[in-house]
Amino acid sequence: MILAKVLGNIVATQKNARYDNARMMLCEHITPEGEPTGQTLLALDSVDAGVGDTVLIVQEGWGASTAATGKIGAAIDSAIVGVVDHIDLLKAE
Amino acid sequence: MQLARVIGTVVATVKNPSLHGRKLLIVQSLNKDLAPQGKPLVAVDAAGAGIGELVFWCRGKEASFPFKREDTPTDCTIVGIIDSDEHVCCG
Repeated sequence: MILAKVLGNIVATQKNARYDNARMMLCEHITPEGEPTGQTLLALDSVDAGVGDTVLIVQEGWGASTAATGKIGAAIDSAIVGVVDHIDLLKAE
Repeated sequence: MQLARVIGTVVATVKNPSLHGRKLLIVQSLNKDLAPQGKPLVAVDAAGAGIGELVFWCRGKEASFPFKREDTPTDCTIVGIIDSDEHVCCG
């Protein structure tokens, strides 16, 4: 899973039927220290994440589609599966 | 599978129900010299690992196999703990 910050969401009226009622969030990949890496991606939401939340994104088709839609076989490769409260890091030696 | 060091822990109260009770750890993959290689990832723990430990992790759909494989959304799972840094033997 990767860490990301939710930047916003997208609206698409015409889309694959398996995406119906899905929230598609625009997210930016971050480091464990919270620094943005500049990479952005879209992920389906399964946990009611909001703008500004730090989230966990699964980038594996099977897990992402079953988590986000409850059905296997949807064309989904990224899903938000958790909202991060805090991160503890090993101190640099 | 990849060698990695556990460099942090993640706390997430709101998460997919199938991840309830699972430990989430930040892993930094390492090369043969145990130097960082690539970006840190968040892994689900299936081996009882802790912060600072040298572990190996599995990617892809197979990462969900240690758990309820049909509905555990993970793409990165810690599947073993390496005994010590000296137990990584190169040539």
